[in-house]
Amino acid sequence: MSLVVVLACVGVLLVASVLGIGTARTRAGTPLVYGVSLAACTVALVAALGQLLSNAAAPALVLPLALPWLGAHFRIDALAAFFLVVVDLGGSAASLYALGYGTHESAPQRVLPFYPAFLAGMNLVVLADDAFTFLLCWEFMSLTSWALVMSHHRDADNRRAGYIYLVMASFGTFALMLAFGLLAGPTGGYAFEVMRTGQHGPLIAALVLTLVLLGAGSKAGLVPLHVWLPLAHPAAPSHVSALMSGVMTKVAVYGFIRIVLDLLGTPSWWSSMAVLTLAGITTVMGVLYALMQHDLKRLLAYHTVENIGIVFIGLGLALGFKAYAMPLAAALALTAALFHVFNHSLFKSLLFFGAGSVLTATGERDMERLGGLIHRMPLAAFAFLVGCAAISALPPLNGFVSEWLTFQAILLSPAVPQWGLKILVPGVGALLALSAALAAACFVKAYGVTFLGRPRTPVAEKATETDRFSLVAMFTLAALCLLAGILPGFVIDALAPVSQALIGSRVPVQASDPWLTIVPIAASRSSYDGLLVFVFIGLAGLTTAMAIHRFASHALRRSAAWDCGFPDPSPATQYTAASFAQPIRRVYGTLAFRARERVEMPPPGDARPAVLHVSLRDLVWDWFYAPVEGAVATAAGRLNQFQFLTIRKYLSLVFALLVILLLVLAIWL
Amino acid sequence: MALIRDLAVQFAEMLLVLALAPGLVGLVRKAKARLTRRRGASIIQPYRDLLRLIRKEVVLAENASWLFRVAPYVIFAATWVAAALVPTFATGLMFSWSADLIAIIALLASARFFLALAGMDVGTSFGGIGASREVMIASLAEPAMLMIVFTLALIVGSTQLATIAGFMNSAAVGLRVSLGLALFALIIVAIAENARIPVDNPATHLELTMVHEAMVLEYSGRHLAVIELAAALKLLLYVSLIACIFAPWGLAGPEAGLAAALIGVLTYVAKLAVGGVLLAVFETAIAKMRVFRVPQFIGAALMLGLLATLLRFFSGSL
Repeated sequence: MSLVVVLACVGVLLVASVLGIGTARTRAGTPLVYGVSLAACTVALVAALGQLLSNAAAPALVLPLALPWLGAHFRIDALAAFFLVVVDLGGSAASLYALGYGTHESAPQRVLPFYPAFLAGMNLVVLADDAFTFLLCWEFMSLTSWALVMSHHRDADNRRAGYIYLVMASFGTFALMLAFGLLAGPTGGYAFEVMRTGQHGPLIAALVLTLVLLGAGSKAGLVPLHVWLPLAHPAAPSHVSALMSGVMTKVAVYGFIRIVLDLLGTPSWWSSMAVLTLAGITTVMGVLYALMQHDLKRLLAYHTVENIGIVFIGLGLALGFKAYAMPLAAALALTAALFHVFNHSLFKSLLFFGAGSVLTATGERDMERLGGLIHRMPLAAFAFLVGCAAISALPPLNGFVSEWLTFQAILLSPAVPQWGLKILVPGVGALLALSAALAAACFVKAYGVTFLGRPRTPVAEKATETDRFSLVAMFTLAALCLLAGILPGFVIDALAPVSQALIGSRVPVQASDPWLTIVPIAASRSSYDGLLVFVFIGLAGLTTAMAIHRFASHALRRSAAWDCGFPDPSPATQYTAASFAQPIRRVYGTLAFRARERVEMPPPGDARPAVLHVSLRDLVWDWFYAPVEGAVATAAGRLNQFQFLTIRKYLSLVFALLVILLLVLAIWL
Repeated sequence: MALIRDLAVQFAEMLLVLALAPGLVGLVRKAKARLTRRRGASIIQPYRDLLRLIRKEVVLAENASWLFRVAPYVIFAATWVAAALVPTFATGLMFSWSADLIAIIALLASARFFLALAGMDVGTSFGGIGASREVMIASLAEPAMLMIVFTLALIVGSTQLATIAGFMNSAAVGLRVSLGLALFALIIVAIAENARIPVDNPATHLELTMVHEAMVLEYSGRHLAVIELAAALKLLLYVSLIACIFAPWGLAGPEAGLAAALIGVLTYVAKLAVGGVLLAVFETAIAKMRVFRVPQFIGAALMLGLLATLLRFFSGSL
């Protein structure tokens, strides 16, 4: 039943896409398309949630589409149901937000037809139950999102982003195609249930893991495959950025889990080590990249890379524990990863909505030209603050719970008998701890420079509060962040069927614990109660405020800022995004980005101002991509001369090739 | 009945930390003054300062937002809840299970997050410099602290502070290399987190090296009082934390009677006094560091913590 409902919603989304083509230029187009998308996603969300919570048998369906001898298989098991919830929750929120935000769109005809199709694509990837359908939908999702990235194609930066995205997405799909080919084996069983039963040698398993890390990892944004992500995500309209960062990366995580934890069979220790190494690097590099940005949306996109790293740390641990038959620990690690998937989809969408509201209100994405928006758009600023606190893993919000669970899983790893993992896991734990602190720094910067202080430009001074639809969407997500933070037990229990299906074990039932505490392993080991912490903070704060207001002086006087006696009226004297990040750039950037600072001081008597030059190198690009780019360019240059041959030379070339091929065939057979 | 007793103990603990915190600050100041052959203000001077501050009017910068006015209470509440969850004189605190050591650290991180935001709210250069340096220091101190937690958790098999204190008080603990490293790292973290010399100077105001004081520069009146009290609570929290992990003697057990609780309170006050004097001696003996030397100082703590954790991963007895 739930499968039919979700498929029907996908159909509705595809119809909305067609409607979008016709109505994009009319006034009714925007509310129509986003309204229909909102309705379809909400219905699909309810159906998927029902399927996940009811724990009913997984509904499956084969439609006579695609390859005639294969058909299109669809199925909703627990894993798919959970990811459908993530996709459709993000989709509903983005559609609701877009009801307001979309009215400011300058070229709706480039957004409206692709937006519902993109949503449909993401739903279909999760629903697919055979390799062919999966790849087809995966590519559909990539292409529709590419079209959305290119919606403002007159900007040269966006065109470059679109180009790199297209190349990386095709490369990723290609890698996944090869992975499925290896999994299907020579007999070519492309349905997932056939693949699941297959036995694979270590070589095949290693190849599949590598290809999946390349394919799904590049879509998710694992370093060093992340380069497209911070270019493409901010280029799209903000509600699409939210979907790409908050939801599409999760679909990639789904692809990874589906193949590596479900189809590939029992993992081995080296798969865990490979994933953990990449994840650890991704986590820290992602947040360091984010700290160096001054474009608000790009900062958020880079920060997605960090969160994907955290998710993959959980997945890597789950692989390691599963390899050594520690089902409880594996279930905990997987639950932590999935919880973080859910959390990140909430707060990253919220933050992108906030960035979109700022963009609508001021036309600026550059933080250096913003400031003081908390006075101009107080409600959006409040919602954005909740998102910042949640993503910085501060209790009692939700980001803390999933990081706490990941830490608890790390603390179980000394029991793993493999020495390589024993050395690696504490290091990864340290990287995770480092990234948590850096994330807080990053969002103090993002919030402090954008919303606090004094306005740096006239546009920031004249900003107005964002519209009602956007605010409702933002506050809904903020409320969910708080709810998932103070009632984490229910989320953990909802995730139990997933770990039951993939690991064969589950985290103990949480809902029955007194005071709604979460106890992942045993009460003597660790417990956390978000609700009580929330209540305590609330009570302590209120009591203090009441006591202060009862006993303290009420006098309050507004005056110029003190600033140690040297207040400067110019807002240019405030700390900027670059100056805020300077200490961190000096501590970490010299290693991670080869950051160099050079002060150009004019000689005495010269009236020119002194200039500070900062140079950062993107080592990932320089080491991995620049050589490839150079090699392709050189090869293309060499091959170029074949373009200007005479017809005789072409004919002889063709003849020579034919002879060579025949020779190869003759020797081969 | 037991419930009422537990509640009473929990409230007593909350009020005790609140009452003692300014005293600890006063003691450190007094000891420092005596060490430099000054007379120094009385130990109760911080209480008088707080009283004076809450009687004064608030001078608020013109463009200060609601965040600036709410932040002191949020900072104070988070710090207070964190301090109340550390076993000071008794381990059987009613709500000690509601947050483990990781959560206590995260609560302090919440307080710091809002403090740094408040520093940026008015839009002065000093607020920004303080906030940006604070998050840089925290970006090293917090992972170092988590590494210490890992070490303890791997020795004890729990991240619950009460369980850790109980274990450290038992005979099972023994002499361990990893614990020594963890203690050393924890002291460095405590110094950095509380903005003490050599990381920051709590006594300066007109100096470009200040961190904590730069963030709270725009605060005055009752807001400043709440922030100062929160800072004092944080110092008390770290001293209590070191005491309850590395010197858990005298802690009243979960079912202890009134006499045990009294002994617990007395030993706790004695431990605080010893900690305060040691801090004063340390601060007098060392000079303030340049701000970009600080990462090396705290980085040492991070490395020590990582080393201790690694030792635990390799051997059950180290």
